[in-house]
Amino acid sequence: MSTLEIDRVRKAYGHLEVLKEVSISIGTGDFLVLLGPSGCGKSTLLNMIAGLETITGGQIRIAGKTVNDLSPKDRDIAMVFQSYALYPTMTVRQNIEFGMKIRRIAQADRDRAVKTASDLLQITHLLDRKPSQLSGGQRQRVAMGRAIVREPKLFLFDEPLSNLDAKLRVDMRTEIKRLHARLGTTIVYVTHDQIEAMTLATRVAVMKDGVVQQLDEPQAVYDRPANVYVARFVGSPAMNIVPAVLGAEGATATAVIDIARRPAARIGGISLSAEALRRYAGRKVLVGIRPENFSIATASAAPALTVDFDVVEPTGPDTLAVFQLGGVEVTARLPPRQAHAGREAALAVDTSKIVLFDSETETRID
Amino acid sequence: MAEALSQSGKARLGRLFVYGCLVVVALLYLMPLWVMVVTSLKPLDEIYGGSFIGVPKVVTLDAWRAAWSEACIGTECTGLKPYFVNSLLMVIPAVALSTGIGAINGYILTKWRFPGANFVFGLLLFGCFLPYQAILIPMARTLGLLGLAGSIPGLVAVHASYGICFTTLFFRNYFVSLPDELTKAAMVDGAGFFRIFWSVILPTSIPIIVVSCIWQFTQIWNDFLFGVSFTSGSSSPITVALNNIVNVTTGRKQYNVDMAAAMIAAIPTLVVYIVAGRYFVRGLTAGAVKG
Repeated sequence: MSTLEIDRVRKAYGHLEVLKEVSISIGTGDFLVLLGPSGCGKSTLLNMIAGLETITGGQIRIAGKTVNDLSPKDRDIAMVFQSYALYPTMTVRQNIEFGMKIRRIAQADRDRAVKTASDLLQITHLLDRKPSQLSGGQRQRVAMGRAIVREPKLFLFDEPLSNLDAKLRVDMRTEIKRLHARLGTTIVYVTHDQIEAMTLATRVAVMKDGVVQQLDEPQAVYDRPANVYVARFVGSPAMNIVPAVLGAEGATATAVIDIARRPAARIGGISLSAEALRRYAGRKVLVGIRPENFSIATASAAPALTVDFDVVEPTGPDTLAVFQLGGVEVTARLPPRQAHAGREAALAVDTSKIVLFDSETETRID
Repeated sequence: MAEALSQSGKARLGRLFVYGCLVVVALLYLMPLWVMVVTSLKPLDEIYGGSFIGVPKVVTLDAWRAAWSEACIGTECTGLKPYFVNSLLMVIPAVALSTGIGAINGYILTKWRFPGANFVFGLLLFGCFLPYQAILIPMARTLGLLGLAGSIPGLVAVHASYGICFTTLFFRNYFVSLPDELTKAAMVDGAGFFRIFWSVILPTSIPIIVVSCIWQFTQIWNDFLFGVSFTSGSSSPITVALNNIVNVTTGRKQYNVDMAAAMIAAIPTLVVYIVAGRYFVRGLTAGAVKG
């Protein structure tokens, strides 16, 4: 059992509060990604889980045991750092062994652990090299090896891929996912890269200014963002947030969106609870539409709006078309060769994927 | 073609001028050393015969032998040997102590920061600018109270404590460039304060240890003021003994012995530079450039 509970944890440096009552709870084998921009407190939180930062308020429990006052070595954790933090004067083998030596584990057991970890990570041929003789990806593997031999209850990763080049980053991402699948250990992983969060996590905590904005499965975070901030942070290109006026038509809502020099677009059939419908009917809301939820209107997909494309950016698998909607710039992800700059186009919208936000609080309306 | 030739001719002339200047300056700079070496190898009569710069007609090591083991210092005619030993007994513990304490100070000031760490570091820096003369009387009083006055251990204490400011500065600036994640990783691995220092931090610090040792060795070995102030008689370091050899003579001034004695006093620092010099420059510039 290796659960992690973060219970109303606060962190303050003097009067500066960097974490405000953060509560996160994950189960055994979960892969929790703390996602947010720099300065949102995610690394501070990770360091607090590790025991490298003190906890101002609240409790952190690992496997049900409160660890607030335990030193890092007594928390049964292992950590991989952004800079890898390999000991520069030790060989790869000594780096991996260091923690076991301190815990006075017998030589034979150490050798076995080093062998298992280095086989798993395919670094056996590097064991006698110094870190300075390794490439970035190899250093990354060694850092993970050092963590694995600890056999901890909890793995902590602090932006482990951000020092790698783009190609290697994708490879190592897959590697980490595979490792998690094989070891099944609970992982907490800090990143500012929403793709890493989407691909790796079983649970994502999106953070901003020391507050968890949403804690959910990655797909749920993507499909049903809790607020406009999360909607914009997760997904690339970001979710389009368009001002509109909400109308009620029977049991469903209709968003009325202004389009310059054209009649207003009416996107109907948005499902909404009866209570929200009553409350927001006739009021301003924000409509969230993912770029891929637009499509070129066909006989089966009736046109919802007619727009003029400003810019068209082919990316290969699809084309990004940019146009004005409701006074803001909106991006649609369309199949290649279907969009042309300067032309008008009739677009359909997948209304089942639309998310509505309150125009003042910017939180999701259900 | 002709123009190109004259161009290269001009360049060669310029180069010749540069090298010429360098050679002249180098010779000028080496002149005193030359005079010292040849004088120490000449018999006294030859020197008084007026040969000062020239090559010795008779090469003899008598003056060196006299300086090492026969010359009279005060009333004792023991040569420099016992004072050389005194200096070694002083310099080795003093260098080791000041470097060791400086390393731990630097380690704490960078990796185990505490409130007011910068203030403490500022105070220590201030110590670098204290002139020797300013601390003579308080130090004499302190040594007296500690019962170390006039002894080699007392001198070790003076040099070690005076050197801590410099060594702390060296180590602190070196450790600042080591990533903090290194210490954090070691903490997660279960290492404590001293284990991290010994196993992780110190092995990466060879260049700055060498810098600190060379710096402290030269400072302490060459020091005269503390030596003459805090020791007397047979516990003097070599610099004080050298002064006594040169200044206290009866009869003819023995230039050859004086020169030999001066060189004996200078040899250890030279050796240290030659052996560890390449680390010196590397250590001083470490942190300035990554790599």
